[in-house]
Amino acid sequence: MSYKNVIQTIHKKFPEAVVNECVNKGQREITLAQSQFYETMRVLQENPDLPYDLLIDILGIDYTPRTPRFDLVYVLLSTKDFSRLIVRLKAEEGEEIQSVSRIWHSADWAEREVYDLMGVPFSDHPDLKRILTWKNFEGHPLRKDFPLEGKDFDKPFDPETIEDYT
Amino acid sequence: MAESKTISLNMGPHHPATHGVLRIELELEGETIVNAKLRIGYLHRGIEKLAESRNYQQVIPLTDRLDYASASANNMGYCVTVEKLMGIEVPKRAQYLRVIMAELARIMGHHLWIGTHALDIGAMSVVFYAFRDREMIMDINEEISGYRLTPTFFRIGGVAHDATSEFIKKVRDFVKWFPKGLDGYHKLLTENKIWTTRTMNIGTISADEAVNYGFTGPSLRGSGMAYDVRKAFPYSSYDDFDFQIPVGEKGDVYDRYLVRMEEFSQSLKIIDQAIENLPEGPVNVDNPWISNPDLDEVQKDISALIRRFMIHAKGFAAPEAEVYQAVEGAKGELGFYLVGDGSEHPYRLKIRSPCFYLASALPRLMVGHMMADAVAIIGSIDIVLGEIDR
Repeated sequence: MSYKNVIQTIHKKFPEAVVNECVNKGQREITLAQSQFYETMRVLQENPDLPYDLLIDILGIDYTPRTPRFDLVYVLLSTKDFSRLIVRLKAEEGEEIQSVSRIWHSADWAEREVYDLMGVPFSDHPDLKRILTWKNFEGHPLRKDFPLEGKDFDKPFDPETIEDYT
Repeated sequence: MAESKTISLNMGPHHPATHGVLRIELELEGETIVNAKLRIGYLHRGIEKLAESRNYQQVIPLTDRLDYASASANNMGYCVTVEKLMGIEVPKRAQYLRVIMAELARIMGHHLWIGTHALDIGAMSVVFYAFRDREMIMDINEEISGYRLTPTFFRIGGVAHDATSEFIKKVRDFVKWFPKGLDGYHKLLTENKIWTTRTMNIGTISADEAVNYGFTGPSLRGSGMAYDVRKAFPYSSYDDFDFQIPVGEKGDVYDRYLVRMEEFSQSLKIIDQAIENLPEGPVNVDNPWISNPDLDEVQKDISALIRRFMIHAKGFAAPEAEVYQAVEGAKGELGFYLVGDGSEHPYRLKIRSPCFYLASALPRLMVGHMMADAVAIIGSIDIVLGEIDR
């Protein structure tokens, strides 16, 4: 099934879901609208002709000062014919994105990492908390405005605040 | 009637069987695991953030420290990604040298796995044989780059320098010797009654579920899914070589063990083909802005000296584009998502580490098994915390 068919399949179900489509350096890429994002992702995973059943990775890119500020990129792979698809979603600062962890288990930790390092919150996530840094850590390190030096940077570290033991 | 109570037990972060600093909060009922929670991040060094303030070639040593058990495979992933972003075609000889280094790194990573995995389960002698053979690869690394564990031999557009005759001799010696060493591991473990009892039907996961959990590499192939980045998306001349993808059936600890054992011989087969058919020619791309001039040239020619200085001090710019490129690391699909903004530094570098997703499935694999099986399961998915925490 070709890239065109994939887009047509989505288009039949959700006419307004795909905002943009392109092939960039041999990579198939689609940009989705927020409104039908979750449903479209479910169709991509369950599509019987070409299921994108392996969620390779989720990452956030901070394009500050652009609005919407963030790009969320979902790298998908089909284990049927081993083709990749890159799904892009634009997100405002503080805007909650629907979690896809019910579709792919691998999204669980991937979304926690995006939340931790990039500060994009996800709604409907089973256990959304920091993963690589500790509970009381302030800020989101991969944002472009995260201070790399200065008085805000080198705060004293209190080991008691690392985790909750509940 | 006695009340059933669970106790919680912390495994790690300084437990030898966690292969780094991983903490698992186990909830036990008697000796059976009813729940497990993972805590990671103890080794977080912010490699992705560090990369944003460095030149493209200064990131290469950072990637060595991801999966430090098989460093060259990470170099391969990063360099191939930058080359895709910049549209560079690497000379054939450099591609073959890279394949040799990456496959040696895979064998090195698997040596560490077989040694510690067997040690965790209680077969103590394997680690000595595995590390004896691993030492030979370390010597090869030292011969070509000067470093034993983290060679940083790759450069953007090629490799650091050409292979010496001593390197080729050492690789040939290793290829000749290693089947005997591998035979020894098989004799120690494959038919061993204690080994099979401890590993068969432990930590079973079906192919569909493994895919849903984001498994890649030997752990996915152990469940019967023949996905290998080297075959599915060939890079660095992997389509020139003849090799098979071993797959398991059941997806238990023993199947993952068999898959990795077979990967030893497949990697060896690739190295053998690459070293015997090593093409002649340059080992760096012919691009004055990217490839370093020779030291001989620098001593005679002022422009070469300036060029060398510029490449090291300022670096080179990559176009404004985004690429995703994956390679088959020792643990699975090692992907790099690179965003260039037209400057000399990556705008954003995301490392897709296979171990991150493998570790996230640990609770699923462990629940219902005995406490002692936990170490067998951790060993079987072969995680390295340097790659999980980045």
